[in-house]
Amino acid sequence: MKRLVYTDNAATTPISKNVYNAMQPWLTGGFGNPSSLYGLAWDAKRAMDGARATVAKGIGCDPDEIIFTGGGSQADNLAIKGFMPGRTAKGRKHIITSKIEHHAVLYTCQYMETLGYRVTYLDVDAQGRVDLGQLRREISEDTALVTIMAANNEIGTIQPLAEIAQIAHEAGALFHTDAVQGVGHMPIDVHAMDIDMLSLTAHKIRGPKGIGALYVKKGIDIVPLVHGGGQERGKMCGTENIAGIVGLAEAVRDATARMDEILPRVQAMRDRLVEGIMKIPYTHYTGDPVNRLPGTASFIFEAIEGEGLIMRLNNEGICGSTGSACSTGSLDPSHVLMAIGLPHEIAHGSLRLTLGEQNTEEEVDYILEKLPQVVETLRSMSPVWENGKPNMTAATELHAH
Amino acid sequence: MQYSDKVLDHFSNPRNVGEIADANGVGEVGNAKCGDIMKIYLKVSDDGIIEDVKFKTFGCGAAIATSSMATEMVKGKSLEEALKLTNKAVAEALDGLPPVKMHCSVLAEEALRSAIADYYKRMGKDPSEILGCDCDCAHCHEH
Repeated sequence: MKRLVYTDNAATTPISKNVYNAMQPWLTGGFGNPSSLYGLAWDAKRAMDGARATVAKGIGCDPDEIIFTGGGSQADNLAIKGFMPGRTAKGRKHIITSKIEHHAVLYTCQYMETLGYRVTYLDVDAQGRVDLGQLRREISEDTALVTIMAANNEIGTIQPLAEIAQIAHEAGALFHTDAVQGVGHMPIDVHAMDIDMLSLTAHKIRGPKGIGALYVKKGIDIVPLVHGGGQERGKMCGTENIAGIVGLAEAVRDATARMDEILPRVQAMRDRLVEGIMKIPYTHYTGDPVNRLPGTASFIFEAIEGEGLIMRLNNEGICGSTGSACSTGSLDPSHVLMAIGLPHEIAHGSLRLTLGEQNTEEEVDYILEKLPQVVETLRSMSPVWENGKPNMTAATELHAH
Repeated sequence: MQYSDKVLDHFSNPRNVGEIADANGVGEVGNAKCGDIMKIYLKVSDDGIIEDVKFKTFGCGAAIATSSMATEMVKGKSLEEALKLTNKAVAEALDGLPPVKMHCSVLAEEALRSAIADYYKRMGKDPSEILGCDCDCAHCHEH
């Protein structure tokens, strides 16, 4: 059988045995609609209430502050589209976000602009850290919402959430964070960090796809994203995905409870992987070297292109991802790589490997054996690689015309 | 990105990779900013037959696969035949390309024409009379 080394855990993760076992009864026997009025339905309702409490505990909020959604993107959409027209926004029309947000936030903000809202997209530095000085300058009495991700999906950089929350609150604005990559991968406590809204998803922490949640602090008014039968306090209607909700709860419980056990081990593997990969010449490590997600290893290899790299790695059974233009179907490398100031010429050669608890030291060895060969093969085929180094002047000259 | 088996084969086992030391026609198109550069080397015989052809490509899977296929399709052919090679023919020979990757096949056609134009120039002929333009594709190639 062909070997499979899955190191794309920031894209999604395999469902854990615990999560599978927790979900299983709700996929078969316990199929009742929690809104119905008999025992079968009450069982489902009880399971959902228990799951809500578990998710709440995982991030330090109350159960009635959790709204289940169909994943992280829906949570982000609800937070932004639901909050801005609500009473708590007090008619303010300005949103502040960053240039490296996930598209669920970025495109939602762009959509809000078409509705007449004003949006500021904050710059980030070369390590992907949001410019707090710019945040202080841009925030005003018209700012209703600051939405900044907890940690970046491409380069792993963690943002100073408590500090951002404080700046937002001083101006009378609220703070939402897209913590899809953060929950279970870094300590998050919404009370301690003074976070007003937070998006999370199950499938990045070994839960099922298609289920997530938005934490909305008590007293904040948001308008519904999906109208219907009144589920999720009328904000996100539709018959609840009980199996998914139970799976989400187990994933959050497991990931947050075992953080001290899992994260140091994942980070040690990541560090060894990075150390080995950085021995490849003309390689750059992207993102914040210190304040970053423990499993995220992200690189740029000069003189090669990312999609080809991913395909060659796939031939070796290794799953990774790239922010190269060819992976996005557009001609620009990812907006994150552009925002951290990488020149187009080298940004095409990006690779992200994201480790999870199910990875092994032996898999790290395997990647360290195969990746340098793959990079070398692609460079040997590259017209911008000459005599063991990149010759980008030729390329730059071409570009100048 | 879903590729055909043929694209995956030509990407994983590309034919005609490398350089030709005594090439008499070399063409390069694309740019690093857009993420793809193709360079084609030709060794053309006195009677106008492409005796050998090699390529080097910086680019995605489709860029490498189209370079491989295009070089295979013109090897041993006359220049006249080679000039009839269209990007569509290259894409078809690969059992199709995803729509966003069609420009890679355009790049392969341009790289080949650029190399042939270079050959004609070296032979003291004006390539624009034969090719309809001077095929300095590196300068007119636009995405």
